Amino acid sequence: MRIFDPHIHMSSRTTDDYAAMHAAGVRALVEPAFWLGQPRTSVGSFTDYFDALVGWEPFRASQFGIAHHCTIALNPKEANDPRCAPVLDLLPRYLEKDGVVAVGEIGYDSMTADEDKVFAAQLALAIDHELPAMVHTPHRDKAAGTERSIAVVRESGIAPERVVLDHLNEVTVAMVKESGSWMGFSIYPDTKMDEERMVAILREYGTERVLVNSAADWGKSDPLKTRKTGDAMLAAGFTDDDVDQVLWRNPVEFYGQSGRLDLEGAATEAEFAGNSILRGARK
Amino acid sequence: MNAWLDDALTKVATDASALRTLFPGVGRRVGRGPSDRPGWTVDDVARVRLLEAAPGAAAEMPDLYRYGDAAEKRAVLRGLSVVDTGDAGLELVADALRTNDTRLVTAAMGEYGATHLDDSAYRHGVLKCVFMGIPLAAIAGLDRRTDEELLRMMRSFAAERTAAGRDVPADLLPLLNEQDA
Repeated sequence: MRIFDPHIHMSSRTTDDYAAMHAAGVRALVEPAFWLGQPRTSVGSFTDYFDALVGWEPFRASQFGIAHHCTIALNPKEANDPRCAPVLDLLPRYLEKDGVVAVGEIGYDSMTADEDKVFAAQLALAIDHELPAMVHTPHRDKAAGTERSIAVVRESGIAPERVVLDHLNEVTVAMVKESGSWMGFSIYPDTKMDEERMVAILREYGTERVLVNSAADWGKSDPLKTRKTGDAMLAAGFTDDDVDQVLWRNPVEFYGQSGRLDLEGAATEAEFAGNSILRGARK
Repeated sequence: MNAWLDDALTKVATDASALRTLFPGVGRRVGRGPSDRPGWTVDDVARVRLLEAAPGAAAEMPDLYRYGDAAEKRAVLRGLSVVDTGDAGLELVADALRTNDTRLVTAAMGEYGATHLDDSAYRHGVLKCVFMGIPLAAIAGLDRRTDEELLRMMRSFAAERTAAGRDVPADLLPLLNEQDA
């Protein structure tokens, strides 16, 4: 089973996770820019993070035979903080980097006026930089937030098939399918979505334009949820080809729209800035 | 000739700030293989041409370096020898010499570094290259800047290596022998 995790926050995971993911079949992933668990207080904190997403983290992944790409954005929660918002002016530099395959995560957290403004501005950046967009749907008031997100996407003029709306569930999947955008699902141990519910959604809505991710981060999460969903699909009677479509070909098709997906990138580099992760390997 | 690069050269000639978004994607448009210039890749050559073509590039270079990935940083360091930044480029060279990234350290020890680094910084830069396995042939200015103190540091380095039962880099030996003669 070859797996492309289209949404996972590897900066908060260990090398053990990388090894386990590779053993489970993960060969490529996308790490979206998001918040850090505790609030950032300056623009410099964003740029150091972005530098890691285009530098250190792809190197770390390559040590384990996994191709790493990322998305770059000001996230919805921190869009409300005037200390963070000026990072918007720096995004055009980062959105041109080789490893950046989408603008994201953008969208809504609490649906404030600031979030409206920053969401629309970043969809415009996606158009300018010819990138797809990853939209995080809010955890609170999700149905209304998803509906409003679809409307903002429509008003922006970006093609719906260049947008994924993520963290969907039984209540929000139909309206996204209807809109023509991609449907993202985050499979979590307790919240959001689980493997069995995911299989039921795939039965009802089909395997096209669906992205399944682990969204693993520093919270309770599991970087192997992609594999577990693939296993659950097979157990439920889906074919190997169905699984390959959902877990590999779909993310390749979605992010391939950036023109920057490099899946030869899993080759091992010797060192990053002199730091080898494979401690003990060097004398 | 590359049409994308021609267009980019025209853009930066009228507005140096266009470098901010043109600089990152150069490798995707012109490639990343070796160029006719020894040690330089084709994207190095293209990026330095962009810097040369942009009036006011010197003012853009510190931020191009700060927000650049390794390939962009390397090109800015290489560009220091063709765009007049006075001593302003020394901060970038110092930053690159603090890293342990051979690509950046090598570029920092190019012609600009060889001309502007003070004696102590130059010697330590050379020693760092030797430590990291960067060939001496990649360092600019050795013929005119090698002094007795640098040779002492090299001999000391070679003695440590020998005491540890490890090899002394082959390209170091002529330098040490020269001193013995």
